[in-house]
Amino acid sequence: MGDDLKTTALNDLHVGLGAKMVPFAGYSMPVQYPAGVLKEHQHTRASAGLFDVSHMGQVILRGPDVALALESLVPVSVAGLAENRQRYGFFTNDQGGIEDDLMIANRGDHLFVVVNAACKDADLAHMKSHLEPKGVSVEMIEGRALLALQGPKSEEALAKLNPAVSDMRFMDVATLTLVGVECWVSRSGYTGEDGYEISVPEEAAEELAKALLEDELVLPIGLGARDSLRLEAGLCLYGHDIDKDTSPVAAKLQWAIQKVRRAEGERAGGFPGAETILRELQDGATQARVGLRPEGRAPMREGVELFAESEGGEAIGRVTSGGFGPTVGGPVAMGYVPSDKSEPGTVLYGELRGKRQPVQVAALPFVKPGFKR
Amino acid sequence: MKFTEEHEWLRVEGDVVVVGITAHAAEQLGDVVFVELPEPGTEVSADEEVVVIESVKAASDILAPLDGEITEVNEPIVEDPGKVNEDPEGEAWFFKMKLEDMSALDELMDEAAYKDFIG
Repeated sequence: MGDDLKTTALNDLHVGLGAKMVPFAGYSMPVQYPAGVLKEHQHTRASAGLFDVSHMGQVILRGPDVALALESLVPVSVAGLAENRQRYGFFTNDQGGIEDDLMIANRGDHLFVVVNAACKDADLAHMKSHLEPKGVSVEMIEGRALLALQGPKSEEALAKLNPAVSDMRFMDVATLTLVGVECWVSRSGYTGEDGYEISVPEEAAEELAKALLEDELVLPIGLGARDSLRLEAGLCLYGHDIDKDTSPVAAKLQWAIQKVRRAEGERAGGFPGAETILRELQDGATQARVGLRPEGRAPMREGVELFAESEGGEAIGRVTSGGFGPTVGGPVAMGYVPSDKSEPGTVLYGELRGKRQPVQVAALPFVKPGFKR
Repeated sequence: MKFTEEHEWLRVEGDVVVVGITAHAAEQLGDVVFVELPEPGTEVSADEEVVVIESVKAASDILAPLDGEITEVNEPIVEDPGKVNEDPEGEAWFFKMKLEDMSALDELMDEAAYKDFIG
């Protein structure tokens, strides 16, 4: 492991818990703990799992009309986001592709956004260059860790530290005291389960993590299970399922583009690539992101080529994320196929070790979400 | 038992050898979720890919340790790949093979040498 890897405020805790640490987006992060990926995954779905996501970028945007300013970079209704509410969005580029995906929270006098670790420097520069001229300050928050508590018992576990978390519903945000410090809490996550994400001052992060882990409901969960959980939940991983060349329409993320930003909406367009994206919203995209269920037991991982026929012909699509789905109990994947082959039930063939194996297009998500709406 | 640098163990059982992966290898792989075994009767050469094993992390190939013929495979690990993590050096053997030359075993590591090898 290189010396230039950054560590999070929970590094000592991870090592002490026996985590296997791996480099990820410039950070040394726990990929699994001694329980292992399968048990960690299952525990999160059955009870609650604690994730360190401090490598992600936490950014505060402030200024007059900050919501409208941010709308110039995302095809999302930010101005329509009520105070103490959060929503999913993405930065688009001039070609109509996705530069990164992010969470946007309206915290009254400012916006709080969380971006992917691998993209955070680019995102910061992007926001500074476009938003500062509009009078918006862009501040990357240093000194705060980010924890995610995910799973059906998350509310029960977190309410022991502050009962007010029970009053929150999916995508609410609140400032709450946990272990004696001010935390920024949202009822959200990236596993398909109910849960919370908690921005906590670094000096209190370990105390908060330990307070949660003391509860037998909660186990520490590494990046390995985080990946299988989000895959089963049908959630995109930036750089894999979506990237600068993927349109949000092909990625089936049009639900995140509110009517008000679409053609004939009150604030239609006005984001990078609007022309392309608004046209695709009307005409449809040629490719579609789909769920895939390999018929055999062998996982089809990222990069597996998809064919329409069991023999001959050119590849028509590609797996962008895939592996074993512990809750599904078999292999699951996501990938891109031509739109006319995207109907659930369509049988395609994935080439594994030179052999074409049948795989069915399946509806996403693979598991029923547990959100408290 | 004898060991290869590919982290396989070989145990002589009458005129065949039983082959599996070491506890060290199983630990490194993480939870095993898929195993594909060869057909009994397949003639194999040393270092030929004979088994595909997938963990939650990645796919790996298991190589034939020596020249010979596969005589039997352990189907239960195909049904329940998790056995490879539970008992890699016992119940979760992969296949049995008849070696072309039993003396080739002498070239492999013994347990002490394997322990040194994995540090």
